[in-house]
Amino acid sequence: MPGVAGAERLLGEVEEAEAALREAAERELDGEASFDAVIAADQKIEPRDAMPDAYRAGLIRQIAQHAHSEIIGMQPEGNWISRAPSLRRKAILLAKVQDEAGHGLYLYAAAETLGVSRQELDTALLTGKQKYSSIFNYPTLSWADMGAIGWLVDGAAIVNQVPLCRCSYGPYARAMIRVCKEESFHQRQGYQSLYVLAQGTPAQRAMAQDAVDRWWYPSLAMFGPPDADSTHSAQSMAWKVKRFSNDELRQRFVDMCVPQAEILGLTLPDPDLTWNEQRGHYDYTAPDFEELMRVVKGDGPCNRQRMAHRNRAHEEGAWVREAAAAYAEKNRKAVA
Amino acid sequence: MTSDVPLWEVFVRARRGLAHTHAGSLHAPDADMALRHARDLYTRRQEGVSIWVVPATEITASSPDEKDSFFDPAADKIYRHPTFYELPEGVAHL
Amino acid sequence: MSGLAERATTVDLLALGDDALIAAQRLAEWVSRAPTLEEDVALANIALDQLGAARMLLATAGDEDELAYRRDDRGFRNCLLAELPLGPGRGDLDFGWTMTWLLMLSAAQLLRYTDLAAGADEHAAGIGAKAVKESTYHLDHATQWMLRLGGGTEQSHRRVQEALDGLWPYGHELAEGIRDRWLALVEPVLAEAGLTRPADRWRPDGGRAGRHTEHLSFLLAEMQSLHRAHPGAQW
Repeated sequence: MPGVAGAERLLGEVEEAEAALREAAERELDGEASFDAVIAADQKIEPRDAMPDAYRAGLIRQIAQHAHSEIIGMQPEGNWISRAPSLRRKAILLAKVQDEAGHGLYLYAAAETLGVSRQELDTALLTGKQKYSSIFNYPTLSWADMGAIGWLVDGAAIVNQVPLCRCSYGPYARAMIRVCKEESFHQRQGYQSLYVLAQGTPAQRAMAQDAVDRWWYPSLAMFGPPDADSTHSAQSMAWKVKRFSNDELRQRFVDMCVPQAEILGLTLPDPDLTWNEQRGHYDYTAPDFEELMRVVKGDGPCNRQRMAHRNRAHEEGAWVREAAAAYAEKNRKAVA
Repeated sequence: MTSDVPLWEVFVRARRGLAHTHAGSLHAPDADMALRHARDLYTRRQEGVSIWVVPATEITASSPDEKDSFFDPAADKIYRHPTFYELPEGVAHL
Repeated sequence: MSGLAERATTVDLLALGDDALIAAQRLAEWVSRAPTLEEDVALANIALDQLGAARMLLATAGDEDELAYRRDDRGFRNCLLAELPLGPGRGDLDFGWTMTWLLMLSAAQLLRYTDLAAGADEHAAGIGAKAVKESTYHLDHATQWMLRLGGGTEQSHRRVQEALDGLWPYGHELAEGIRDRWLALVEPVLAEAGLTRPADRWRPDGGRAGRHTEHLSFLLAEMQSLHRAHPGAQW
C-alpha cells in the first residue's frame, strides 16, 4: 500500500511537540512564574498553579468534550465488531475501539486534575449537559464505514489534535501526545482497509465510494464553525490552548486528503474541489454548517440512540458498581 | 447518579533499571482492582514491567504558593553537585 | 489423571480454537456496555486474547477465515458453554452471568493450554505457553469479580448465584476429562465468594460433536453475514 504521507508528517509533529515539551521544561523561567509569564515563555501550566477561572473552565469543557467523544465514538465502530469480515480485521477493530475507551480515560484523568470529578463528568455526559463530537451521531451503514472513519474521521481528529500536543496545560498536552501516537495506527489501518476495498470486487468498491460520499462533509464539519462564527477561538488562541483556527485546520485536512483520495482511486464528493495556484491550497465546498448546528443541538440521525445506549450501559452497571463499593467498604472495616 | 469510585494515581516502571514514572490515573473500587485496571489501561502496548497504584487522597503535594520557600534555597547549594569540585589533573574514578 | 500421554488426549486443537473464537465473539458484545469504562477496557483485552488464541489454533487446522466464516454450526466443535448468551436469555447481557461464565471457561482453558504447552508438538506447545499466561489473567479477573459480586450486596450475591445455577450444568462438557483439576480451581473461588456450588444433575453436551444449542446459529449468522455476502473477496 502506498504510504500516507500526511500521517507520517503529523506523527513527526507529535514527536516534535514532545521534544518541545521536554525542552521547555529544561528552560529557566526568568522572574515571576505567574500564569502570564509561563504562557508567554511557552512553558506548561500544571494542576496546582494559579490560573484564570475562565482558563480552567474552558479547559474542563474542552477536555471533557474530547473525552466524551472518545467514549461515544466507541458505538459507531463497535457496531461492526461482531460482523468484521475477517478475523484479522476483527482483532484490529476491537483493539481500536478499546483504544478509544483508553483515550477517553486518559482524558478524563487530565480533566480531573482541574478539580472536576469523574462523577460530575459522567453525569454531564449522561444528561447531555456536555457535548461530544457530532460526527458520532451519524450511522455506520456498511463495513466500508470502518475504513472511511479511520481515514477521514480519525484523520480530521488527528489534524485537530496534533496542535493540542503543544497546549499550554501540561496534563492535557501529555495526554494528547499519548493519544496521538496511538491514533496514528487508527488512521493508517482505516486507510489501508479502504484501499483494499477500493482494489477489490465491484461491490466492495461501490461500498467504499458510498462510505466516502457519506463521511466527507461530516468530517469537514468536525473542525467546527467557520472562524467568523467561532465563539471560543480567540481567547483559546491567546492562552495557547488552541493554536490554529478552525478554517486553517480544515484547509490543512482538505489539502492532505485530496492526494490520498487519488491514490485510493475514490472520488471526494465535491465537484468544485480544485487546486488554487494563487493560494497554494485546494478550493473546496464548505460543509453545511446549518446541518452541523442541527446535529449539535440533538437532531442528528443517531443522537438519541447514542445517548440511550450510554445511559442504558450506565444504569445496567449500577448494581455491579454498588457491589464493588460494598465489598471494598466491608474489607476496609475488616482491616480497621 | 454514580457513586463516587475512588481515584488512583498510577506509576509505571517502563523497563528494568528505570524508576516508576507517573502514567496517569483511574477509578477503581479498591487497590486490587486498581492494579488490574492499571495493567489493562496503561500497559496495553507493553509500556511496563511493574506498576504502583496509590490512592489519590493519600498523596500530599507541595503547594505552588510555597514554591519559593521550598525549592529556591536549594539553588545556591551548588556544592551539592559533583561538578562544583575541580579535581587535579589525572585523578580518575572520582 | 497424570502422565503426558493422557493429558495430551484432553486437547483437541480445533475444539480449543472454536471455544476461544466463540468466546471472543460473545465477550465483544460488552464493548461500550460495561459497568465502568475501566472494565470496558479489561473485557476488550480478554476478548482480544481469546481472538488471538483462536486465530493461532485455527491456523493449525487450516485457513482461519475459511474455518471461522464458512462452516455451519454443525461444523463447530466448541463446547456449549462458550456459545451461551452472556445473560439468562437471547440478547441479554448480564455482568454476573459473564463473570461466572468466564470463571468456568478460563479455568478449563488454563488447564487445557497447560497440557498443550507440555505436549510433544512444538508449535502447539508454543501456542499453549502463550495462552497459559493469558488464561491465568482471565481466571484472576473473573475471580476478583466473583469475590466482589458474591460478597458485595444482597442483590449482587443473588444475581451471581442465579448465574452460577444457570451455567453450572455446562461445566460437565466444558471440563470433560479434566473435571477434578477443574473443580480444584473453581470450587475454592465459589467458596471464598460465599456462593453455593450447585448440585450435579443435568449434563448438557453435544458441542464437541457439532450438536449445539439454538444460540450458536444466531451468533454465526451475525458473525458470518458480511463475509458470506462477498464470496472470494479479500478484506
